Amino acid sequence: MASQQTQHHGPTNILELVLSWVGQVFIFLGDLLFLPLQRWFGVRSMAYVFVLPNLVIFGVFILFPMLLNFNYAMSGGGNLFPQERPFVGMANFAELFNCDNFFAPNTCSQDRFARASLNTIFYVLFQVAFMVLAAVVTAMALNYKIKFKAFFRGVFFFPVLLSPIVVALIWKWILQENGVLNAILLSFGLDKISFLTSAAWSKFWIVFISIWADMGFYTLILLAGLQAIPGELYEASKIEGAGRLATFRFITMPLLMPTLLVVLVLSLIRAVQVFDIVFAFTGGGPGTSTLYIVQYIYTNGFASPSRQYGLAAAASVVMGLVLIVLTFIQLGLGRRRS
Amino acid sequence: MSIAREKKKPFLARTRSQKGFDWADIITYAYLILGTLIMLGPVLWLVTSSFKTPAELTNFPPRFLPYKQKTVTLPGTDKALPLFTVEIDGETKELAQLRRIGIEAQMIDPANPDAEPYRVNIADRQPIESISFSLDNYVEGVQSFNFLRYFANTVFVTVVATLITLLINSMAAFALSKYKFKGSNAIFLTMIATLMIPLSVILVPVFLVITSIGWNNSLWGVIVPAAATPTGVFLLRQYMLTIPDELIEAARIDGASEWRIFVQIILPLARPALAVLAIFSVMWRWNDFLWPLIVLTQSEVFTLQVGLNAFQGELNVQWHLILAMTVLTIIPVILVFGFLQRFITSGIATSGLK
Repeated sequence: MASQQTQHHGPTNILELVLSWVGQVFIFLGDLLFLPLQRWFGVRSMAYVFVLPNLVIFGVFILFPMLLNFNYAMSGGGNLFPQERPFVGMANFAELFNCDNFFAPNTCSQDRFARASLNTIFYVLFQVAFMVLAAVVTAMALNYKIKFKAFFRGVFFFPVLLSPIVVALIWKWILQENGVLNAILLSFGLDKISFLTSAAWSKFWIVFISIWADMGFYTLILLAGLQAIPGELYEASKIEGAGRLATFRFITMPLLMPTLLVVLVLSLIRAVQVFDIVFAFTGGGPGTSTLYIVQYIYTNGFASPSRQYGLAAAASVVMGLVLIVLTFIQLGLGRRRS
Repeated sequence: MSIAREKKKPFLARTRSQKGFDWADIITYAYLILGTLIMLGPVLWLVTSSFKTPAELTNFPPRFLPYKQKTVTLPGTDKALPLFTVEIDGETKELAQLRRIGIEAQMIDPANPDAEPYRVNIADRQPIESISFSLDNYVEGVQSFNFLRYFANTVFVTVVATLITLLINSMAAFALSKYKFKGSNAIFLTMIATLMIPLSVILVPVFLVITSIGWNNSLWGVIVPAAATPTGVFLLRQYMLTIPDELIEAARIDGASEWRIFVQIILPLARPALAVLAIFSVMWRWNDFLWPLIVLTQSEVFTLQVGLNAFQGELNVQWHLILAMTVLTIIPVILVFGFLQRFITSGIATSGLK
């Protein structure tokens, strides 16, 4: 089909020719496989054939593991295979939440889980709040009548494409003891700071770096939301003589609200699962100051000498519940919007 | 229209003329330029650092551009000698350092190599340097880091996984959008229900499945589990719903097989949605970390991300190699972004995917 539409010269024609040949071979091989099925079962039943490959992989690698996860969460021991795992009921959950005081992690029997949970809660609150704020401000700046719009948009967006490991390494290089940031501090007459070995600073930088890496994505969604606001409304408010703040308060804010809520929930869901950047940046340290839930799951299930699959699965069930609640909030908001 | 209205208004009511800078302009540009510094600065720093020699990297405070000391090779010496400027008797000379003894350096004038060497206090000489983008780190990194192997693994995972994802997701989306069959609603709802459950919630049981199949330390163990993305099926199904059924009916009357209808009618028409899914799949797979970290424990099957992380975790951190390898890891992403920026940005804005 594509070859009929285009009338290019030279190499494009050859490329089109090759592509159409590949397409023909693809159709031929498919027919070889599917035509007998279609003859045998009928046209209507082909739906099952088409849905089958996806359904098998979905079932084996998503649906079945989801159900099996509860089995792991309710059984103990270090064996991976379910038939070798004794049933322990809710013991894993009880172990996770066995605390004298929920706000003092050292009173918990799984103090690492308690610390990871508290760290995650604080991380999510700060990261989401400041990132959404920064994304709104950036989107508004990019939506303003500025020159070099495409350049600035690209600048704020490109870190989204970088892998978390790369992001972590870039910042580790900047923040290390003899890094450029400490050089800048010294040139202003301040003292060097050991950012990576200080509990408070490493927490701060994790939040900062993940905002740096993710903000462009949400900025883009918000920018699309801003551009969808009809220009006549702004013209009308101009004619009414409304100031900038009033225009923002009574036109931009209410009309951007649905997009803002989507951004809020999406970023919450993502923030709860923070792992990659932290793992490469601090590895959870110093101590447990940047230990978050997913790393707790990873360490218990895959990186500790005695594998505690039960605890890992129980913690992931807890995290899954949080995500489901957040998803329902999003669905509810989406329904209200439409 | 707005200009006409503007003109009718009395002078004082005309807010914000087109000409001139007002405070909002200044604040906006100040914010954007500061933002550009924060967003671009770290990456530029990484790139210039990656060209520095290991010695230059340990210099503190660091300099922005990579410098290299000039050297000169003289007859009778087998090594290249570093050049310095030295002030002797009120005269500035360019001298090459023969050797250093304690705090004293023996230096020789390259123009007059047979003369008696000067004895200079090492504090009195200044190295002569020039800006030099050296590729040594890259060459050494590619050799010692096994970059090509990791790169090939990552390309394999990204390409194969994206092809599989596109194929099986579009087939399922075709079935779910263009056929009425028993169970279609159940299948669709189940997939929607799992839309927001990420792999990180079901790590342990998926690991069991992988282990049972024998896919530990196999790239297939990385490729297959995330291939049946509910997100992809959802995106494609919504798009295919807009393709008119009459096209399919007409093709059936013409005797086309269902497979031919799918390949020759549905896929070309769903191209925009397929492009969005392809771009995201490539991004997901290229940057994927947690799952490959669990499945791949032997270094010959590492992907770039896992390899890079393992490399930086080694005891004596060799920053000069890490920086160069990080830059190499970014280059394909920058290329893809350069060519597909428009698609990527519009894709995100319309689908809200990541």
